[in-house]
Amino acid sequence: MAEAEENIRFHEMFHIEGGNFTNAGAISSRVKKILKEAGFPGKIIRRTSIAAFEAEMNVICYANQGNLSLLIAPNFLKVVVKDEGIGIPDVKLAMREGYSTANEKIRELGFGAGMGLSNIKKNTDEMILTSTSGQGTHLEFIIYLDRQETQPPFE
Amino acid sequence: MTVFDIVKIFGLQMRAGKDRLHEEVTGGYASDLLSDVIAHSHKGNVWITIQTHPNIVAVAAMKELAGIILTGGREPDAETVQKAEEEGIPLLVSPLFTFELVGKLYQAGISGMNPC
Repeated sequence: MAEAEENIRFHEMFHIEGGNFTNAGAISSRVKKILKEAGFPGKIIRRTSIAAFEAEMNVICYANQGNLSLLIAPNFLKVVVKDEGIGIPDVKLAMREGYSTANEKIRELGFGAGMGLSNIKKNTDEMILTSTSGQGTHLEFIIYLDRQETQPPFE
Repeated sequence: MTVFDIVKIFGLQMRAGKDRLHEEVTGGYASDLLSDVIAHSHKGNVWITIQTHPNIVAVAAMKELAGIILTGGREPDAETVQKAEEEGIPLLVSPLFTFELVGKLYQAGISGMNPC
């Protein structure tokens, strides 16, 4: 995916606790703050923090625990989210908007609309999602810093 | 129209974010699904919902919304009030149900269409 890791000029990893809804959104708001302080344009910040929020919520809703890493390179931002948990048995199906395996508790909180992964896809330029059922999920997405005038391509 | 105008006109109860009432409202969005709000609301919108837990503040802060209006007389959780104060998000309560309040806001000129 994209460019060599040696171009990374900032890297921070955050821990996400599965099932803890009280602080939900805390990681993505820290990501947002970091990007704001670094002086990135509003659109870049918005797209990245929306995708990070959805990824964070997925770990909280479905996994035991996970990590979200933010990497800043000269030409792109990259977020890597790895979790340990039930995983996604059918990634293609999970990507379909409206499809959700959320339980009643998650839905009552207003999550589990089946829009999280497609929100990530819409707000990023590249997205890779892999999962081993019963073990966990690995998500990576990239937002290019020099491609903001055009809409990201849809596959 | 500012959040303060909306509070005055519709007699809303303030629960948090009193310092941010001067913000200009760009429009409105009504939904109880957080991902739907993330996908379709716009900066400066007022958000009408029945959700009362702290995650609504995270969504509003991330999308830079002008405020959250809880309908049907629902009261925010204590953690929600605290978080809204920290983030500076106006948190308002209306006794009206969502349909009724949205209708009144629309009549007052608050639109669901994105202005930009």
